[in-house]
Amino acid sequence: MNRHLISAAELSLADAVAILDTAEELARLAERPIPKLPTLRGRTVVNLFYEDSTRTRISFEAAAKRLSADVINFSAKGSSVAKGESLKDTALTLQAMGADAVVIRHSASGAPDRLAGWVRGSVINAGDGTHEHPTQALLDAFTMRRRLGRLEGLRVTIVGDVLHSRVARSNVWLLRTLGATVTLVAPPTLLPVAVDSWPCSVSYDFGSVLPDSDVVMMLRVQRERMSDAFFPSVREYSRRYGLDADRMAMLPEHAIVMHPGPMNRGVEIAAEVADSPRSTIVEQVTNGVSVRMAVLYLLLGGSREDDEPPAAAMPTPSRAMAGTEAAR
Amino acid sequence: MAATSHAAGSDPADARASDGRAGKPVLGRDEIRRALTRIGHEILERTDGARDVVLLGIPTRGVPLARRLAAQLAQTEGVNVPCGSLDITLYRDDLRLRPARALGHTEVPDSGIDGMIVVLVDDVLYSGRTVRAALDALGDIGRPRAVQLAVLVDRGHRELPIRPDYVGKNLPTSKREAVRVLLTEVDGEDCVTLQGSQEAGR
Repeated sequence: MNRHLISAAELSLADAVAILDTAEELARLAERPIPKLPTLRGRTVVNLFYEDSTRTRISFEAAAKRLSADVINFSAKGSSVAKGESLKDTALTLQAMGADAVVIRHSASGAPDRLAGWVRGSVINAGDGTHEHPTQALLDAFTMRRRLGRLEGLRVTIVGDVLHSRVARSNVWLLRTLGATVTLVAPPTLLPVAVDSWPCSVSYDFGSVLPDSDVVMMLRVQRERMSDAFFPSVREYSRRYGLDADRMAMLPEHAIVMHPGPMNRGVEIAAEVADSPRSTIVEQVTNGVSVRMAVLYLLLGGSREDDEPPAAAMPTPSRAMAGTEAAR
Repeated sequence: MAATSHAAGSDPADARASDGRAGKPVLGRDEIRRALTRIGHEILERTDGARDVVLLGIPTRGVPLARRLAAQLAQTEGVNVPCGSLDITLYRDDLRLRPARALGHTEVPDSGIDGMIVVLVDDVLYSGRTVRAALDALGDIGRPRAVQLAVLVDRGHRELPIRPDYVGKNLPTSKREAVRVLLTEVDGEDCVTLQGSQEAGR
């Protein structure tokens, strides 16, 4: 396991599977009367959010608290200092506070990577610009595996604003690592220029890929971008790329519908689809906490290079005689 | 901080997997079977015919041992004792001494543990720290009426005030030695070996 989680593309198959397996065990613990674990007692996790976020921040906070870590919420929004400068200064402040992990969301792609060079603790990317959102991809993969029992060979269709979506990017790379095949469906204006180099295929015809999809993941249409004229009207987008009941009926029997949220009902996804038993939207939120617990545990739960040397180096107190006596 | 010294005895990730077949054999297949049979009978005696008993094995090798005990109780007394597993990784006191470990599987039987007699089952009892962690983990799952401890091998060197209720074999060891337990379900064969220091008289 790397020291940081910056990008889903960097995750090896072994690490990705380790996170999913750990999350599986942790999810079961959540069903217990006391869903709290002592594992990260004394560790400090800082939530550093330069961008608005409700579910991701709360999810990380819940995950850290369930593992008994101390959580500091650092809302950096509204800071007027120039980006690079302020991030570095903030990093030095966090280091001085002794943060063991920094969970960062930033509007600039690459900010977590820079931060990782400045702090001693682990850096976890909670979304950077249009680059990546690795824990979202991990929780999506976890949800697919729980619902469909496997990831290898799954056919996943991701629909919508791929251009601005860090969720789509992280999912494409992670799912490739995990052995699934991804098809992107979007208007040509909402696909990145370099999409040819991504390990996935592209289609402009939603209807034709539906019968061959095990998973359909709908991305949010950002209404605030309408002025940029990526597509003529919300209504036309919805007709061509929205998932309504008729389109859902074209899916195979077992297929599931996902959405990272927050969703625009009636735009990219019809209300009856979002509320259908095939929709995993609520599960995704629940699973998010388990997956983030797994990430925090795997990054913070063990020894660190900068910790004091392991006790193996210290002489063991010699109480051998007392020990033998205890053996009845 | 002496926690790592018990590594060889209670952590399956360690050397056991690599060269478990080397070393001096201490228990063979038949002896393991007899020891478990005796423990089964002792459990029946001490718990009024295994009434309200739940067996919880501590991964890795405590789990198959717990299953064998459950099968044996069913065979000798016709009682169906709920059997599960209890992973203690997240409760260990030595987590920071090594890179993060993979989690084992926790499976609490549907009967739950409230008001029951929980018998923890492990392969080797050494420092007692694993059992301490298991007691903490149990406290987060429910409130058993009593907790008992069954181990295949007690090798001594306790670092905590913990004692077993049922012991397959008391095995006086040196701290420099390592006790390896191999079980068919995990390793393909049943045996217990002692390896390491050749010093005599211990």
